[in-house]
Amino acid sequence: MSRIRVFTGHFGSGKTEIAINYALKLNEEGKKVAIADLDIVNPYFCTRDQTEYLEEKGIKVIATPKEFSNAELGTVPLNTLTVFNDKSYEVVLDVGGDDQGAVALGQYNKYFREEDYDMYFVINTTRPLTSDANSIIKYIDEIQRASRLKVKYLVNNTNLSYETTVDMIKEGYEIVKEVSEKINIPIAFTAVREDLALQVKEEIGENIFPIKIFMLPPWRRELE
Amino acid sequence: MAKKVLMKGNEAIGEAAIHAGCQCFFGYPITPQTEVAAYMSRRMPQVGRVFLQAESEVAAINMVYGASGAGVRVMTSSSSPGISLKSEGISYIAGAELPCVIINIVRGGPGLGGIQPAQSDYFQATKGGGHGDYRMVVYAPSSVQELVDLVQEAFDVADQYRNPVMVMGDGMLGQMMEPVEFKERQTTRNLPEKTWAANGLRGRQNHNVINSLFLKPEELEAHNRKLQAKYAEIEKNEVKYELYNFDGEVDLAIVSYGTLARICKNAIKMLEKEGIKVGLIRPITLWPYPKKAFDEVMDKVKVGFISIEMSEGQMVEDVKLSVNGRKPVFFYGRSGGMVPTPAEIAKKIKEIVGGAK
Repeated sequence: MSRIRVFTGHFGSGKTEIAINYALKLNEEGKKVAIADLDIVNPYFCTRDQTEYLEEKGIKVIATPKEFSNAELGTVPLNTLTVFNDKSYEVVLDVGGDDQGAVALGQYNKYFREEDYDMYFVINTTRPLTSDANSIIKYIDEIQRASRLKVKYLVNNTNLSYETTVDMIKEGYEIVKEVSEKINIPIAFTAVREDLALQVKEEIGENIFPIKIFMLPPWRRELE
Repeated sequence: MAKKVLMKGNEAIGEAAIHAGCQCFFGYPITPQTEVAAYMSRRMPQVGRVFLQAESEVAAINMVYGASGAGVRVMTSSSSPGISLKSEGISYIAGAELPCVIINIVRGGPGLGGIQPAQSDYFQATKGGGHGDYRMVVYAPSSVQELVDLVQEAFDVADQYRNPVMVMGDGMLGQMMEPVEFKERQTTRNLPEKTWAANGLRGRQNHNVINSLFLKPEELEAHNRKLQAKYAEIEKNEVKYELYNFDGEVDLAIVSYGTLARICKNAIKMLEKEGIKVGLIRPITLWPYPKKAFDEVMDKVKVGFISIEMSEGQMVEDVKLSVNGRKPVFFYGRSGGMVPTPAEIAKKIKEIVGGAK
């Protein structure tokens, strides 16, 4: 396991949810955690919107300062280098979707060459452009090229938001497994909304990562 | 049944347009709708159609004028400041009676404003952002599924009436992800053939001319009267709205549209627990405005109506016109990208209802 975890994936694959939950998990294990929001693609629903909550838990959030986060400029935070220089941190990098988002990583290539990293590729097979193995593999290629990094693990994050079913996750798992076999990259875990975790564990039996959902529109926020 | 997929509102707009047979998309990036253009740039070439990023919003809307004049289904998309730039072109398109679909994923204004969600383009959309006596159908979906359905409907309505149709959502609708299904749809409308299109003679004696210039005032007035007759027809046929929680009497009726209507529904559920009954009129067409929804519920409403908006008070004027003095009309709004919470709305309603009781 490397100190630096990089979460990439297709646009809208759920990277941010996984990155936040992963940072919280490391935090619960008593580790000193930093999460960096390198999403230069999305204007809404970003890690930076959860800064208060994460900082309350004692997680260091590296993000564009609030007063500039609506500036309509895809910027990487100024202090991102902290995560490479201060090796006392366990690090989670939340990277924007597609190759356009992964470009943000290229500039840190020097540091990635000096220190090992775990790059995760998050997959949701209910997204129309990543619904089969071949199109997923194409995305992995594009993102590796744009980021100048190699994917080490796959993450099955198949979900249909509030309409997710266990069968759907199983179906997604089969597709991710096919990708895994074709390009020889292991599946790290299947991410599942907390309330479905037990059921999915019985069905799939492999590594399950229960996640809490943070990116909610206002009409769902207060009910949950 | 087609398989459900998870899509961002902005992507779903693109896919819905492709399903509706949109042949050309002309756009220009602006937050929070850029994903529409990004999606179309990937998908339109795959299906052998035209995607073009114009050099400006003004150029994009004039490309729409051209493509529509040639008789193909065409769409453009922008957000508030970009729609201001397109407004001259929209007026020309309405004047020349050309069908097209225009997407506005609204952000805060005026000016450059901000990139967070807003509903402050209501006046611009419904009262004529451009010049002249024109009208444009404006749809206001509240979910990604409804967005998909209405984008497809918009193409049919545009063709039926030879008129621009706008689909307007706030930034939230464009950015959020929801399950969506692309249903196999068959229009029930009797869509006229585009015998007016400037697409070559095709056996005709004279060239078709696409034009909005009339040198004789008599002719321009006659043209305007013809347009007005068409708009009256649209008002008669195309009004859409949802009534929610109007079984029996209500203390107050909320009027709200788009994603905000969903927040209002939560507020209604919260108030229900405290014994306050509130109904919701959700206009789905902002023009033509669903005046008849007000007539329908008028006798059930005890205290009055409240227009809840993400603006400083725009739709409330149409609410007042629709209520026409029969009951008091209240207003609650946030602006600049601030989105009201259900609790905040519930509090405001308690103030009004409590005060009246």
